[in-house]
Amino acid sequence: MTKMNMVQAINSAQDVMLEKDPAVVIFGEDVGYFGGVFNCTEGLQKKYGIQRVFDTPIAEGGIIALAIGMGVNEMRPVTEIQFSDYIYPAFDQIVSEASRLRYRSGGEYWAPITIRTPCGGGIRGGQTHSQSPEGIFTHVSGIKTIMPSNPYDAKGLLISAIEDDDPVVFFEPKRLYNGPFAGDPKAPAQSWDAHAKGEVPDGHYRIPIGKAETVREGKDLTIVTYGTMVHVSLAAAERSGFDVEVIDLRTLTPLDIDHIATSVCRTGRCVIVHEATKTGGFGAEILSQIQENCFWKLEAPIERVAGWDIPYPHAFEWEYFPGQGRVMDAIKKVMEG
Amino acid sequence: MVPRNGKNLNVPAPRHRPGEEPEFDDLDIPNAGAIPKPDVMTDPKAMFDYANSMIRVLDMKNKAVGEWDPKMSADDMRRGLTDMLTTRIYDDRMQNMQRVGKMSFYMKSRGEEAVAVAQAMALDDKDMLFPSYRQQGLLISRGRDMLDMMNHCLSNSKDNCKGRQLPIMYTWREGNFFSISGNLGTQFCQAVGWAVASAYKGEEAIASTWIGEGTTAESDFHHGMTFAAVYNAPVILNVVNNQWAISSFQGIAGGEKATFASRGIGYGMPGLRVDGNDFLAVYAATKWAAERARRGGGATMIELFTYRVGGHSTSDDPGKYRPEDESEVWPLGDPIERLKSHLIEIDEWSEQRHEQAIQEITAVVTKKYKEAESYGTLNSGPRPEVSSMFEDVFKEMPDNLRRQRQKLGV
Repeated sequence: MTKMNMVQAINSAQDVMLEKDPAVVIFGEDVGYFGGVFNCTEGLQKKYGIQRVFDTPIAEGGIIALAIGMGVNEMRPVTEIQFSDYIYPAFDQIVSEASRLRYRSGGEYWAPITIRTPCGGGIRGGQTHSQSPEGIFTHVSGIKTIMPSNPYDAKGLLISAIEDDDPVVFFEPKRLYNGPFAGDPKAPAQSWDAHAKGEVPDGHYRIPIGKAETVREGKDLTIVTYGTMVHVSLAAAERSGFDVEVIDLRTLTPLDIDHIATSVCRTGRCVIVHEATKTGGFGAEILSQIQENCFWKLEAPIERVAGWDIPYPHAFEWEYFPGQGRVMDAIKKVMEG
Repeated sequence: MVPRNGKNLNVPAPRHRPGEEPEFDDLDIPNAGAIPKPDVMTDPKAMFDYANSMIRVLDMKNKAVGEWDPKMSADDMRRGLTDMLTTRIYDDRMQNMQRVGKMSFYMKSRGEEAVAVAQAMALDDKDMLFPSYRQQGLLISRGRDMLDMMNHCLSNSKDNCKGRQLPIMYTWREGNFFSISGNLGTQFCQAVGWAVASAYKGEEAIASTWIGEGTTAESDFHHGMTFAAVYNAPVILNVVNNQWAISSFQGIAGGEKATFASRGIGYGMPGLRVDGNDFLAVYAATKWAAERARRGGGATMIELFTYRVGGHSTSDDPGKYRPEDESEVWPLGDPIERLKSHLIEIDEWSEQRHEQAIQEITAVVTKKYKEAESYGTLNSGPRPEVSSMFEDVFKEMPDNLRRQRQKLGV
């Protein structure tokens, strides 16, 4: 075990897979010599050579098309889309090609590709470096979507993603790269060193795709969340005065609805928290499925806490970001009506 | 009418519309044999002229002339001819069956048979094909059982796409033929990825991909060209310029400003412009590009200059946007007629043998079609098992799909 931050854990997952499987190659914008704008591939080109870890032209659609073609030719490509805000030029290759190749070819061909991409705000990135577009991908059949909230999960899930024979979009909440973040930008920065999930095995291990985790047990209310909002929700739960359970989804699709439903049917109350904009967001899908599974056990209407339905505004970042206050308001409302 | 003075909006329009008399008198078509054949490793900078001229082998007297003559054996040429004939007869039968409601959709390749058949013959069977939707001749030439092609088009119980794809969106892994998407151009840079992997592994196989001239406007084209050039990928990037993208003529894709082959120049790769109705020229140019790729010379772009004789698909009537008889005055003729005439010219074929071949192929196509129908059609069934529609979304079926399948009751 080694203390790792999320960047190091993600780097380690790729290191382990490059070592283990000669079919694994890593490419994307600036990922080679430079090691990526967030350092997630630092040192890997030096260690494994320029043919296994290399830079690409600035063309996200081309990057994913290249990955699909290489995947068809028995490789296992891991791509980086530098910011998830830049993923849209690759949208067609992801949703029309990678996601449906196995299906449309009757199982003859498939795309065993991983698409890593940093997401989320809180880094003064403005509307082009802060988005959380996961809900656009959870709507697409044929791809898996993952968003870890800590170094241990990030490494284990990334290894699972790389080894998976289906396309995976792997969202990395960039506000968590260097430490857990509970939503208060004025609070002193936390390090992963002091966090239990900052202890990461050096070698190979997997976290199963499609399995949620209860990160705080409670009897009064269930918060369903993922990514950066796991830490915000945990802090809000502590401060709320109620006995709140917090579930970290980790994988968005396929959704671990059984895990969620078991908890909500027990507590009878639920708040769903994500950073992405509210309307049509993944929270709406979670809410619908909870309603389908737990309606007669619910004691109160379910609340959603999400980003406002606006682009991520540069100067109003913390008014946009759903912080502890909004989560606590939602808990109070669901508990007290 | 506002005079064109260079300041007005320019919206390109084809020379002829329905009711007008088609002619192509001002098409600049060099004589067969006029262009020398360079060494396969020639620097692209010394090859600019190839993008603006046209490689042609069969002259107007049906003789094979010049340095690009591939000197194919008579047996190989006869095979090419019968494969083109098979493709055409197959197409006609399938289109007719679509017309009587046996399948939902069809797309013919009439007039473009040389593109697919000659190129398949010029490549090795282990080379990977990333086709667009009008290269069924690749399958015929590589020896796929026509019955399987028909089963797919009929979406019947033996469709290897399991009823999930429109007719003609073939896939054939065994024959190194990639699954046709149906979205245009997406395969172009995927082929480059396949080729990059081949280079990475140090393997001999190359990739070849096809895109229509209209689709060169998509970003996928630029991605394919850029990535192929950057990584020196062993790939052949074919642009099939058949003049028409549904109702839009090639000028709408920018073909009036520069040849499509000349797009290659800016990326630093050879651009060969080829008479796409000249079987021998297509074969020779493809051989050249394949050898270049195999020897580490990287990608070649080939513009196959041809003409789409039929409609885009069974869903459009070309008489609504172009003169009905335009194909008859196409100055580069018909690929089957030209190769047939050449073989007759060199005493390796005859009208009688040609007629006999047509009869034999027609009999096979008819017999195969009857058998295919016995496995079902889209309307009458049997189709693949309904429950199979939940399979292959993922390698392993997740719970939500299992539950939805149960809900459907299959």
